[in-house]
This record gives sequence, structure tokens and C-alpha cells, in this order.
Amino acid sequence: MNEELKFLSRQAALGAITRRKFLGRAGALGLSAAAANTMLAGAVHAEGPQKGGTLRIGLQGGSTTDSLDPATAANTTAVNLIRMWGEPLVELTDDGGLQGKVAESFEASADATTWTFTIRKGITFSNGQEVTAADAAAMLDRHAGEESKSGALGLLRDIKNVSTNGRDVIIELNNGNADLPYLMSDYHLIVQPNGGKDAPDAAIGTGPYIMKEVDMGVRFVAEKNPNYWGDLGHAETIEMLVINDNTARVAALQSGQVDIIDRVPPRTAGLVARAPGITVASTAGPGHYVFIAHVNTAPFDNPDLMMALKYGINRQEMVDKILFGYGSVGNDSPINAAYPMYSEMEQREYDPDKAAEYFKKSGHEGPVLLRTSDNSFPGAPDAAALFQQSLKAAGIDLEIKREPNDGYWSEVWNNKPFCTSYWGGRSTQDQMFTTAYLSTADWNDTRYKSESFDKLLIAARAELDQDKRKAMYADMGMMVRNESGLICPMFNDFVDAYTDKIGGWVEGVAGFSLMNGYAAQRMWVTG
Amino acid sequence: MSLLLKLLAQRIALGLLLLFLVSILIFAGTIILPGDVAQQILGQSATPEALANLRRDLGLNDPPLQRYFSWLGGLLQGDLGTSLTSGKDIAESISKRLGNTLFLAFWAAIISVPLAILLGLIAVRYRERWPDKLISAVTLASISVPEFLIAYVAIFFVSVRLRWAPSVTTINDSMSLGEKLHTISLPIAVLTLVVLAHMMRMTRAAILNVMQSAYIETAELKGLRMFTIIWKHAFPNSIAPVVNVVMLNLAYLVVGVVVIEVVFTYPGMGQFLVDHVSKRDIPVVQACGLIFAAVYIGLNMVADIVSIVANPRLRHPK
Repeated sequence: MNEELKFLSRQAALGAITRRKFLGRAGALGLSAAAANTMLAGAVHAEGPQKGGTLRIGLQGGSTTDSLDPATAANTTAVNLIRMWGEPLVELTDDGGLQGKVAESFEASADATTWTFTIRKGITFSNGQEVTAADAAAMLDRHAGEESKSGALGLLRDIKNVSTNGRDVIIELNNGNADLPYLMSDYHLIVQPNGGKDAPDAAIGTGPYIMKEVDMGVRFVAEKNPNYWGDLGHAETIEMLVINDNTARVAALQSGQVDIIDRVPPRTAGLVARAPGITVASTAGPGHYVFIAHVNTAPFDNPDLMMALKYGINRQEMVDKILFGYGSVGNDSPINAAYPMYSEMEQREYDPDKAAEYFKKSGHEGPVLLRTSDNSFPGAPDAAALFQQSLKAAGIDLEIKREPNDGYWSEVWNNKPFCTSYWGGRSTQDQMFTTAYLSTADWNDTRYKSESFDKLLIAARAELDQDKRKAMYADMGMMVRNESGLICPMFNDFVDAYTDKIGGWVEGVAGFSLMNGYAAQRMWVTG
Repeated sequence: MSLLLKLLAQRIALGLLLLFLVSILIFAGTIILPGDVAQQILGQSATPEALANLRRDLGLNDPPLQRYFSWLGGLLQGDLGTSLTSGKDIAESISKRLGNTLFLAFWAAIISVPLAILLGLIAVRYRERWPDKLISAVTLASISVPEFLIAYVAIFFVSVRLRWAPSVTTINDSMSLGEKLHTISLPIAVLTLVVLAHMMRMTRAAILNVMQSAYIETAELKGLRMFTIIWKHAFPNSIAPVVNVVMLNLAYLVVGVVVIEVVFTYPGMGQFLVDHVSKRDIPVVQACGLIFAAVYIGLNMVADIVSIVANPRLRHPK
């Protein structure tokens, strides 16, 4: 490569010349704008993190009614906020493994029924208090106790006893669970002084930032925690704005009022990416959009009708027209390559002839009623209409009933026999299956009840031989694909966007959007 | 004057009765809505135990009637209660939002009301000529286009292309007045466009109505300048309907701008209310509803009083 170009890109990365000037000079030297942009991004990365400055982030999902209490956190704004001031015991690595946070290490007994987490030595909360094992134990007690209002309560049911020994927190389980550390990475389970029992919403934790201004659903300002133990946090100040309107969020990025946003609408992502100085980053994740039927309710208790519906959906068309390519096709299983122990299954394709055949065999007559709403997933009513068209080719009549957004999650989802919905996914197969496909799960939204599936799930949980475990999960995925009421046409990517005023984006980070919610801490202001 | 006082007392008593009825309506409305606050707070992650625990903590297990009367009791002692979702004092959190809403409404009114009346006067002065037609065409066009569309177009050109004014108008206490005004310049402009037509058309129509009168002809024959006639003789006699429309639009600027707040990310009462309705946070919804109703009733009362004061025939009924 041209030495002059290299020099210029370094200068631009260091802020010695402006980006615009660099692009102009690069153009004069015969480099296309796209190539110049890529080169600049590379140079910015190579220069390494720069300290200081203010990083501004625009987020969707916050509401005035939110609380700083991590137990009731339920939207992406809350997750990003928690990442500022608090930390769980362990956290996902970029490729979906585990790393210690408040706990520096963890180990299991041979049968995975007893787990020991060792608290990192010498770290303090932002109020100066030292973190002890008792704080972590109290945290588990608060979230799993009988009085709990925590969103993580469902995950922690299997805990029999929590005790401490020096810096160790010892968790005893009723049944072995090889995935327990993954559960501990849940964003609700933040280590707070005395577990947050005294002041759940005080935002005192061990995180890289300290909250300075809090205006729920509007604006937050956080400043670097000078005593943070780790290497996160490059910007001196982080300003978070809640911008719920999609167009307003994109406009804020384009007009330079924020440096990074989440949830770029797939419909306009292509246009946004064309703007100079803006990069749209799409990250594959475990989230999926679904059509769910209760298999214990007529007519969906008829396996042939379910098969007809599963063969009657055009998955690729949904990915193209609903996700605009920002996603991948589903295979009627909630598991995709984002999971650590995924094994590939034969792809189920759209086959109107087969669908018609199964439909005839089912003996069902008349239309099938599907309920949908705008907030069940972005573009759900359009997806329902596509489904209607693809079923029509198989001679199946799908009737669509549009439900109001308000009250959809309490009245329709997990309540009515056939509707559209979404899942954000979980970090392990065990969590995903336990949350939604175990017979006794509260959110078994397909009413899939299979004894052999349950047994396999419990057995896999305590299985420490990875190969055996992987085979078990493959079997379970197949069972859900063929027997449950899940029709999963697509996995949606997280689509975020950032300007060239900040550097340090890492592609393909496992977990939630915005680099699992750590973008603000891991990225830096380049000037 | 005693007549005026009596009228005022009557209006205020009636207003309070209306507020009471409004509070019953709002309460009933939020009870009818599907799902309760506990379900809405926990959302998709609600387990039966967590729901039960939260309901007990929030006192949702009490019968609705009891909850309504304990709220009313608190209100009569000047206590709006605490929010179910955030546990914060309602009066405190509302006052900040209400302050923001009034701030935006005030500046939008300061610009739009004089501008509308001035344009109305100009339209009458040049009736049926090009300035009248231009003013009517522009204001009618701006009121006919949905406000969010005007807002998006303004954002695209003014914020994204020209970068003159911000599209995210989140103001905060650390800003100076000048910074605040610059921050909210776009929503002020859009709101002005939205309310201008109504007030301007009413000014024009009301004055034209008076312009037919014999005393206007007299003034013309005296040789007064046309604008002086309109301003000094016609306008004072047509003030009642104009004030009525102005007050309606002021009320709109306070209670009806939720779309503008969302598009410009402005932290006002509208977004605050929507958030709490969707979470079924009844005490907050009640408080917001009462404030909105009070604004409407109050401004209408002002309009009535101004029209009585401005009209000698109403001041001294036979």
C-alpha cells in the first residue's frame, strides 16, 4: 500500500488531520471512499484506545417508569445502564465463553451440584466499601428469596443453599447444573453492597463508571470510576440519551448528537450505512421471531396440522422482506449457531405440496386464526401477511387478527393459542430450553409437554462430558423442531450504528446488542 | 364587578366538580385496561411468584374502590402519593416534567400568538389580495400536514443537513437559557406552524365580521388609515372569539404535544403520561390527568372572563 496513504490514515486516526481531509487526500491518491473509510477504521483501531472525552450513546427502550434496581431491569436501556455502575459475578467473553468479573474464578464439584465462586481480592464498591463474599451471597438471597420480585427468579429456582467461606461463595443446587456460571452472568444479578437489600436502586457497584445524573427514561451521565479494578472504560464521561423513536434516533446519529445507537430499523439500515462517517454493524445473536401455537389446544394439538404450518412458511422470504437481510433463516428450533453447543440440523424448506399433503391428512377444515401486533416483533403484521400468502399456495386459509400493542404481553402472548412473538434468546441451550420448553416452565408459550424431553434436559444439565452433552442438545433441538408448537422462520441480527468519532468496535460479540451492552465502556473517543 | 366575582366563584366550583368527575373517569379507565402494574413492570419476564410478591408490595390486592378513596384522601391533603413503578414522590417527578412542558409551551406561545394575530390583521388589511392568499395558503398547508411529518422534514433539513439546531431536544439543568432556547428551537418552530393557522383564521374571520359594521364605515369616512381602523376599532370588538381560540391552542400546547415530544425526544408531560399509562401506574396517571384537565378548565375560564370583560353588553346584562 501507498506509504503516503498509510501515513495520512495514521495522522487522521490521531486527530492530526481531520477525517474529511483524509478522505479528500485519499480520493486524490485514487482510493475509493469505501476503501478509505475501511482503512481509516483500521488505523483508528491500530492506534489503540484513547483516554478521555465524552462518549454519547442513544438508546431505545427506556421509560420514565424504570428503576435503577437491577432486579426489575427489563429493557436494553436498563441493561446498558447497569453495565455502567455494576457487574455480575461472571460475564460472557466475546465468543460466548465465560470470564470472571466480581468473581475471579469459579469451580464445580464433580457432579456439578456445588459451585464455588471466589470473589476478586481487594476490589471496592464505588462508595469505597470492600466487596465481600457476604455481599454476593446476599445478592443471590435477594434475587432468589421468597420475597423476590426479580426478573432472574426463574433462573435461580434450583438453588438449595448459599454459604460463604472467606472469599468464597458456595452455591449448592438440588440438581447438578454444568451451566450455573452462565446463569450468574445474568444482568439482573449485579453485586451490590449487602446484595442491594438496603438500597436496591442506589446504583452502587463495582463497575467502571459512577452515575452522576439520573433522569429515568430521559438522560444519564456517568463518570469514570477512578478506583475501577479492570481495564474497561476509556471515555471520561458517558452520556446516555433515551431516544425511543426510530427516526429520531437515526437522525441524532446522523446529525452528530450521539456517537452510537442501537436498533437501527432494518428497513432503513442500508440507507443509514451509505451516509459518510457512519458504520452500521450487524451482529448475529440468539434472538428469534416466532409464530407460536399451543400444542395442547385444538386445532394445534393435531401434529399433522402443525407440520402443514411448518412446511407452509417461506423462511428465506421472511429474512429478505422482514429483516431486510439482517438475520438468518430459522429451523423451527430456538437454537442457532450463537449457542456454544449447537449442532447443525437439516434445514426445513418451504414446500407447499408437502404442506397441502399434511393439511389434508390432518382433516382440519376452515381457517386457522393467528393473532399478531406491531410490538410482538418489528414487522410482525407484515410477516403474518407473508405467512398467509405462502399458506394460500398450499390451500390453507390463515385468518389474521390484529391485536392492540397495549396489553399484548399480558393478554395474548402465552394466553391465546396461536400468535406472533419474539425471544431474545439465552446464553446457553439449557437456559433457553428450561425457560420455554420444559413442561413446568412458566413461559412454555407453545405448551410443549414431553416427559422424554424433560428427562433429557435434566440429564444434560449435569453432564460434564461435552460430547455427550452436545449430542443430547442435538436430540432436544430435533424434538422441539418436530413436536413443539414453535414455528421459527428467522433469527434477527442486532443492528447498531456508530460514527467515526469513536473507535474500538468489535465484530460479533456474543450476548446482547451494542457489544453485549459494553460498547460504551470498550469504545473510545477519537476526537 | 360583584357579578364578575360571583361568576368566577361559580366557574371555579364547577371546575372542581369537573376535576372530580375526571378523576373517577381516569381511574375507571385504567382499571378497565388489560393487565396490571405488576405485570407491566415485569413484562415478559414475569413469573407467578414475582408477580404475587410485587402485587402485595404495591398494595394491588386492595379492592379498587378502597385504593381510589385512599388516593382521593391523600389528594385533599395535598399529597399526590408515590409512583407505583419507581417508588418516587409523584409531585416531585411531575413538577420537573410539567416545568419542561410549560417552558416549551410558553416559548411556542410567545412566538405563535402574536405572529398569528399579526398575520390575521395583515390578512384582513390585504383581504382577497395576494398577501391574504399567501398567508392563508401557507398556514392552512402547515396545519393540514401531520405534525410528525413537519417535524421529520425539519429534522432532516435543519438538523441532519445544515446542523443548525439539534434534533434531540433533551434539556437539562446545567444548560443556560440561551442553550435551552437553541436546543428547543426546532420544536418551537414546528409547534408554531401547527397552531398558527387556527388562531390566524379566527382573527381574520372575527375582524372581517366586524368590518361590515357601520362604525367602521364612519372611521373610514373620517379618513383613518386602514391598519389603524383594523387595530383600534375592529380588533377590540372581535377579541372574544380570538381569545377563545388562543386559549384552546394554548391548552393544546400544554396537553397535546406528545407526538412532538416523542419525535424531538423532549422530556415533557406527554411522554411521562404515556410511559405511566402503559405501565398502569394509576396514581401518576391520575395526577397527570388532573393537571391536564385543570389546564383546560382554567384556560377556558380565562377565555370566558376575558370575553365578558371585553364586552360591555355581557358586563351589564339587563
